[in-house]
Amino acid sequence: MANFTPVSAAIGGALIGFSAVLLMLFTGRIAGISGIFDGLINQQTSDRSWRAAFVAGLIAAPVTAMLVGYTVPMPRLPGSFITIVVGGLLVGFGARLGSGCTSGHGICGIARLSPRSIAATSVFTVAAMVVVALSRHVFGG
Amino acid sequence: MPIFASLVCGFLFGCGLTVSGMIQPVKVLGFLDVFGIRSGAWDPSLAVVMAAGLTVTSIGYALVRRRSPLFEKESLWPTKKDIDQSLIFGALLFGVGWGLVGLCPGPAVTNLATLSLPVIIFVIAMALGMLAHDLMLARAAVRSA
Repeated sequence: MANFTPVSAAIGGALIGFSAVLLMLFTGRIAGISGIFDGLINQQTSDRSWRAAFVAGLIAAPVTAMLVGYTVPMPRLPGSFITIVVGGLLVGFGARLGSGCTSGHGICGIARLSPRSIAATSVFTVAAMVVVALSRHVFGG
Repeated sequence: MPIFASLVCGFLFGCGLTVSGMIQPVKVLGFLDVFGIRSGAWDPSLAVVMAAGLTVTSIGYALVRRRSPLFEKESLWPTKKDIDQSLIFGALLFGVGWGLVGLCPGPAVTNLATLSLPVIIFVIAMALGMLAHDLMLARAAVRSA
């Protein structure tokens, strides 16, 4: 487990949890990124300003990290252009159809012991593990 | 005030994703690759992120559960209870996309800061996927009306 980084993972996870709790305390909203982002791009929503502010805060984080001298590596995405487009479409469509993503279901929902979130998180985690196993070890060679 | 509070919360969330390394698809895929458990290449960091995040959130939510939010009129706790087809099928599609690329919405949006072209393409596709779903829902509503 050469790549395991338990200390930074625990600190980062705690920060994410702290953010979710503060967002509920301050604004009464769930910190589900797919819901926040969808509400920002959807023409039907009326409460865009807090969503835009949250997304701006997300993007400001790595920028600030870079400014203070912390190295933020360029993300390396596996697969071709087609894989990235298909992956993006599935993540976007699936997150809306399933009412949430890793943050909304995985953190906020499971923290409330919501059966829906426990079910959704189990399904998407297992599905992702199967896809990685197939793409890396069966078809990837 | 609610706008500033949301900005601060977004910033903290982004810091969490950056510090934990979860904005790197390689680390996420390193967790999702269960074959790595046997070979020794497995990276359990994502599980630690979830465990720490869940610990803080469950304690914090229990503390703020009965309070009204400070800067809005009411809290919007989710109310749905039933595990329906949409939930399971949506989670399944989401998981397939997540496994293909190693990005979910939080890390994808946060990574826009790096101006990586593949990430920008992913976020545009993700937005189109969301809008396609919303359009489908709106059409279904018109049909049933």
